[in-house]
Amino acid sequence: MKKFNLAVIASLLVLAVSPMMYSLNANATDKETVNSVATLRDATPIDVQKEPNIIPKVINKDIKQGRNYPMQPPVIPHTTRSYEVNKNNNKCMSCHSRHRTEKTQAPMISVTHYMDRDGNFLAEMSPRRYFCNQCHVTQLDAEPLVENTFTDMHSLMKAKTQSKEH
Amino acid sequence: MTINRREFIKANAIAAAAAVAGVSVPAVASNLITSSDITKLKWDKAPCRFCGTGCSVNVGVMDGKVVATHGDIKSPVNKGLNCVKGYFLSKIMYGKDRLTTPLLRMTNGKYDKEGEFTPVSWDQAFNVMAEKAKDALKKDGPEALGMFGSGQWTVQEGYAAVKLMKAGFRTNNIDPNARHCMASAVGGFMRTFGIDEPMGCYDDLEAADAFVLWGSNMAEMHPILWTRLTDRRLSAPHVKVAVLSTFEHRSFDLADNGMIFTPQTDLAILNYIANYIIQTGRVNKDFVSKHTNFRLGETDIGYGLRPEHPLEQAAKNNGKTAGSSTPIDFDEYAKFVSTYTVESVSKLSGVPEHKLEALAELYADPKIKVTSFWTMGFNQHTRGVWANNLVYNIHLLTGKISTPGNSPFSLTGQPSACGTAREVGTFSHRLPADMVVKNPKHRAIAEKIWDLPEGTIPPKPGYHAVLQNRMLKDGKLNFYWVQCNNNMQAAANTNEEVYPGYRNPKNFIVVSDPYPTVTAQAADLILPTAMWVEKEGVYGNAERRTQSWYQMVEAPEGAKSDLWQLVEFSKRFNVEDVWPEELIAKKPEVRGKTLFDVLYKDSSVGKFSLDEVPEDRLNHDARDFGFYIQKGLFEEYATFGRGHAHDLAPYDRYHKERGLRWPVVNGVETKWRFKEGSDPYVKPGSGWDFYGKPDGRAIIFALPYEPPAESPDEEYDLWLSTGRVLEHWHSGSMTQRVPELYKAMPDALVYMHPDDAKKRNMRRGDLVKLISRRGEVQTRVETRGRNKPPIGLVYMPWFDASRLVNKVTLDATDPLSKQTDFKKCAIKIVKV
Repeated sequence: MKKFNLAVIASLLVLAVSPMMYSLNANATDKETVNSVATLRDATPIDVQKEPNIIPKVINKDIKQGRNYPMQPPVIPHTTRSYEVNKNNNKCMSCHSRHRTEKTQAPMISVTHYMDRDGNFLAEMSPRRYFCNQCHVTQLDAEPLVENTFTDMHSLMKAKTQSKEH
Repeated sequence: MTINRREFIKANAIAAAAAVAGVSVPAVASNLITSSDITKLKWDKAPCRFCGTGCSVNVGVMDGKVVATHGDIKSPVNKGLNCVKGYFLSKIMYGKDRLTTPLLRMTNGKYDKEGEFTPVSWDQAFNVMAEKAKDALKKDGPEALGMFGSGQWTVQEGYAAVKLMKAGFRTNNIDPNARHCMASAVGGFMRTFGIDEPMGCYDDLEAADAFVLWGSNMAEMHPILWTRLTDRRLSAPHVKVAVLSTFEHRSFDLADNGMIFTPQTDLAILNYIANYIIQTGRVNKDFVSKHTNFRLGETDIGYGLRPEHPLEQAAKNNGKTAGSSTPIDFDEYAKFVSTYTVESVSKLSGVPEHKLEALAELYADPKIKVTSFWTMGFNQHTRGVWANNLVYNIHLLTGKISTPGNSPFSLTGQPSACGTAREVGTFSHRLPADMVVKNPKHRAIAEKIWDLPEGTIPPKPGYHAVLQNRMLKDGKLNFYWVQCNNNMQAAANTNEEVYPGYRNPKNFIVVSDPYPTVTAQAADLILPTAMWVEKEGVYGNAERRTQSWYQMVEAPEGAKSDLWQLVEFSKRFNVEDVWPEELIAKKPEVRGKTLFDVLYKDSSVGKFSLDEVPEDRLNHDARDFGFYIQKGLFEEYATFGRGHAHDLAPYDRYHKERGLRWPVVNGVETKWRFKEGSDPYVKPGSGWDFYGKPDGRAIIFALPYEPPAESPDEEYDLWLSTGRVLEHWHSGSMTQRVPELYKAMPDALVYMHPDDAKKRNMRRGDLVKLISRRGEVQTRVETRGRNKPPIGLVYMPWFDASRLVNKVTLDATDPLSKQTDFKKCAIKIVKV
């Protein structure tokens, strides 16, 4: 039961502190950008090799990450090491297929995954969606090298609603 | 307890669900915004920014920002799907380190090659550039000027660049990064068919009974075509998939017949299949006698290294005759391939005999419709043109070509390697529509369309990609402009042959890019560049599909498109600065005009007014120049191909369509070329007509196996192959700035067989050094990743700017195509 309790506590904690974490992240990567050339190599001279970091671990917390927009494929919140997805097996479907989700409480694959090329619904997952790893990826515990300033449409809409109210 | 975490969570699913349900919902969740004036997104179509598949993407814009993207349901290419990169297109323009001002290396307010990057205005940047270009012209003539462009340029950008370089500056020293990517495919098409680009189209994917992947990891590099192939394989159980590679990768997950072969022996396997078809009596004699010729190609052609290299000294035919051939008959050809028996080829390649036979049978069986796919495994090959020729041989011997499902299909790497690099002809030897500079008739056609005096275009082919780097190092190429690529990371042997040239004090290097790349770091002047839907453009994909898009958002203040940069720079030159008096005298009305006037504004490029730009559309470049420049460039370019089997539709139509496959004749696209009934250029009654050749016959080439330029030995005891990964586009300059993609694949590791690691006392995660005769790079060992190399070979991708694997690779090229072989060189690995 120990592991189970940890998982629940972890999910509660993230919910509670997530706004704070967001702002911390934003500040941590707020680097001087105008004159720092070759950001992705930390401005190391081309003829110099910076020591490569250790291989980061896959984030394996089973806590769903928000999506940037509704059509974004969700990232995988757990490790997939030694998951077979080949023409004989699809390990992902042993939890995420429709008839398995009640038992596993894993999210069911999207309804779009039952559609063929022409938008007709099939009784099972469409073979065109068979290789999950073409769109869904795990996340390694690595700090991004550069901040991304992409704006969530929700924050734009919220700003507009507020300006209307005032 | 041995139960793992996933199993544990599954076992306690109900309890877990209840616990999560008990968490109180934050109050803001109930404030749902529904008012349509606030929630409305403006959607528009654009081709994906990444690979040669050419998926169409719907781009959602709100308040001047791209806020969402998804696969375009209306596109026949991807029917609503994207790969993981495509789904994150929304974020590629928003890396925090976007460049917004030109940066010039300066000391005490003046340009200094050894100075620090300092912000300057566009005016100052162009002043310095023009001064450097004029100095180089005055001192050493047009050959001292060069440009390195891209298969990611829009069609219009590539066309404007060709005109500026070949007609304006009168140098053919312009080449695209597509030289690293597609040149061998072009060479193969021109040699076998006399006309470039695939005869088939993606509809082959739903029609074939068998697929053979030759040196193509489609699962990662052409993901959406892979989903179509997977759909076909899993929906129709009779379909078979064969995959050949020098290491096991993700495409093997679907393989019925997976084959690992020793590097370079693909040439022998191809000849074995031809031999098998002949020996088992399955040659399509009717097709072969009516539609093909046989020729014996020149051999021992060298490895495209510097002339003083021992391998070039030893090669007999590495000069101008390397591409020559002599006619032979079928019997001579049959005799030539007869030595490629299953026993000898199995021994050479390491592929078991029964696997080779199963593969050959897919081609030989007349009832099986077979599609071959290949990408960099064939093209990045010191015998890349040969490999292309040899795969056409087996499709021609069996007549399995140009009909649905029967398709030798060369896949392009970049989004417009076909549209821009190949069709526009941004290569050092080419002109638009498959024409070449050394042919006086072709030059005359170009000069007529461009309304320029005879003799404007120089006849001598310019420096190709690899030669440009060598000439920079040797101080022969002194003014160099790099646009839309990251060659300091992408080119081979950067340590010896690329970096020294960029930093050579004789040279002035300009790099245009949205982001500060490794190449920008090596430059003297960096120009901040607008990208993708921050401009209007056209791309052409791997199935001849031409697709356009409108500008949808403003670029960051200060960043300008490659097109704007090229055309604005042309204003800095009067004709007198660049052309000799005798050329000007042939057309005196150009006297006193700028290159901008002559090449763009006063030519047919300038004839479409701003009224034709839809009022509700952004179009920074057109409004700035005062005419619809993208339409003008496209329409002038299209005149090269219309009526010559490269017909494009009128520009405006592309804004309404999800692309059209050329030739577009009488408004109708062409799916399968060279076949009567589907290609309007085929002579009636001929059945098939390979009209790129004067007699309408394609060529079957007798070409042997020849060894690679470098193989492992006692000291450098491993093969190294480089390549790409699913999550990153090429050098990662866009995708490494998307947090989700970065975290999915942050670092380039070296993929090794566990026994190879063990033998060197290494474990997963160990810090190691890859060392070749040319340079070294550090990374960490991966023994259980998605790539599973055989003993004796390692794989390291090149997307990682912090670990430059191309310091190690060899700049050997195919002597015919001048394309580098990035797939094989010899290295050793030591622990750090």
